[in-house]
Amino acid sequence: MSDTLIRLAHVEKSFVKGKEKISIFEHLDMTIPRGDFVAIMGPSGSGKTTLLNMLGGIDTPTAGEISFDGQRIDQYNERQLSKWRSDHVGFIFQFYNLMPMLNAAQNVELPLLLKPLSASQRKQNVAAALEVVSLADRAKHYPREMSGGQQQRVAIARAIVSDPQLLLCDEPTGDLDRTVADEILAMLQLLNKELGKTIVMVTHDPAAARYAKRTLHLDKGKFVEREELAA
Amino acid sequence: MSDFKLVWKNLMRRKLRTFLMLFATLIAFAIFGVLSAFNNAFSGDQAAAIDRLVVVNKINFTQPLPVSYPARIKQIEGVKQLSYANWFGGYYPEPKNQLVVFAVDHTTYLDVYDDAITVDAATRKNFMTDKTSAIVGRAMADKFGWKVGDRVPMNSNIFSQKSGARVWDLTIAGIFDKKKENQDTNFMFFRYDYFDETRSFGKDTIGWMMLNLTSSSLADKVAKQIDETFANSPYETQTDTEKAFNKAFVAQFGNIALIVTLVVGAAFITILMIVGNTMAMAVRERTREIGVMKSLGFPGARILKMVLGESLLLAALGGLLGLGLATLAIGGMKQAAGNFVPGLAMTGDIMVFGIALIVALGVLTGIVPAMSAMRMSIISALGRT
Ligand SMILES: Nc1ncnc2c1ncn2[C@@H]1O[C@H](COP(=O)(O)OP(=O)(O)OP(=O)(O)O)[C@@H](O)[C@H]1O
Ligand SMILES: [Mg+2]
Repeated sequence: MSDTLIRLAHVEKSFVKGKEKISIFEHLDMTIPRGDFVAIMGPSGSGKTTLLNMLGGIDTPTAGEISFDGQRIDQYNERQLSKWRSDHVGFIFQFYNLMPMLNAAQNVELPLLLKPLSASQRKQNVAAALEVVSLADRAKHYPREMSGGQQQRVAIARAIVSDPQLLLCDEPTGDLDRTVADEILAMLQLLNKELGKTIVMVTHDPAAARYAKRTLHLDKGKFVEREELAA
Repeated sequence: MSDFKLVWKNLMRRKLRTFLMLFATLIAFAIFGVLSAFNNAFSGDQAAAIDRLVVVNKINFTQPLPVSYPARIKQIEGVKQLSYANWFGGYYPEPKNQLVVFAVDHTTYLDVYDDAITVDAATRKNFMTDKTSAIVGRAMADKFGWKVGDRVPMNSNIFSQKSGARVWDLTIAGIFDKKKENQDTNFMFFRYDYFDETRSFGKDTIGWMMLNLTSSSLADKVAKQIDETFANSPYETQTDTEKAFNKAFVAQFGNIALIVTLVVGAAFITILMIVGNTMAMAVRERTREIGVMKSLGFPGARILKMVLGESLLLAALGGLLGLGLATLAIGGMKQAAGNFVPGLAMTGDIMVFGIALIVALGVLTGIVPAMSAMRMSIISALGRT
């Protein structure tokens, strides 16, 4: 096993809007080692979400290569990408994106429905994941009965329940106040340090970026050299 | 948690909306069930023998024919057995409880209907010897608890006796059973000779004749010959097979099959639009959640199955409840109107067709939203954040 988990080579991404071609990345290279915790910052519209989506296989590059563990995921078809995501990727969104009609435990269980697990094994894994985010006592609560911070912790539990290597977070604390944000960020840091999850986190917040091991600045489709080490 | 539970939770997230769709579906299927049962019953040809001919007055079947006709028709080649009957207009014990009662030629009736009903030897003997005797169908006898030897005062809403009485005292000679599955036994018959000599008007006329042929291939030829024999007489005849006669009888009520098709069709098109539109709306509301499911790794095909499962579940719940309601309603109507609509029942055929309709409704209302959910791109579903 090499130390590189993700490699982007000559990635190009553009959208066609009417007759106009909007180019977001013209030539992007990037390497993310296994166990990294990288924050991506940059002005609005610089392509942070687009990059994260390509890393997670829910968007595809117009040209170039994206490899995960040596596999060219840019060549996968829809089916293969679905399978790959359920095996290797956990998403954490700004607005939690929980299912309103499911309680916390059921929300966390959702990704496990894609796995060949028995009901009791699923139950065990769900309990363990809720334990990690300190929400074991909220298992039966519905999203509308929980605070934003609690909902985001449920979302984190859902992202880690099937034990993926990669966590992709798009402004995970963008909707939370400072104290709660710090809690969430500390939790991500713990997942990175203790469980070895590789984390890519998009954020506007320099304080949030300080929880990462390193920060990349994206501007006009390019990384600009302003790397700094995590605090 | 299973996919089924997920589907169920999705269906139940807006209870009022789901309830309204269920209710509309239930009503449509109840209408379908009840009307189909009536249509089946009125098609009324299940029990009719193919080779039996029925001769009625050409004007219409309520007009009488001379009692001299049977003897003349018997001479026609191809006629094996012939009998005749008159409608009695019976009720018992009170006018609202009308019964199907015929006065029949006792010497021939049982032989002509030998393929359809059966009586024991004692019954036949009683019927031949006692002028006031009557034979009752099993279903009717059970309903009133009548036994052999009982005397039944049978009223008529058409005829009266010369004495002025509207009641004929009949003695139960016996009970007949059906020989064929679909044969109705909710009727009775008594002797025409007794009826004819006691009634105050209409003497020496009969209602209709029914005859068996030596070969069913002769049906057209014999029917034509009978009608030609009496052409240009004061009492012209109309001869048809029993099947055609039953159809003509039903035609009085209008074209039932067409009405059923139109009403049921209208109900289903309405349901299709209401439920189809509501399902599309429900799925559109969940666009973001579908995007999340896909980002978790749920393949498009599985999302398609879930949405389709939801519309099928809805159709199945509403449809089965509707068919159940129809079954209950038909049971109730049978009590009330069974005498005049024999064979009114929720049949296996109706159920099978109903279930096919459920599947069709479920697929048609779900397929468009299911396809769009399957094809939906994750990034546009999640919205750009
Ligand atoms: N589907 C699309 N069609 C056309 N243009 C798009 C599409 N998706 C993104 N873009 C454009 O790509 C650019 C980058 O978008 P992206 O969402 O990645 O930015 P971002 O860095 O995440 O911004 P923000 O900080 O506001 O979230 C923007 O100019 C956006 O308008
Ligand atoms: Mg963004």
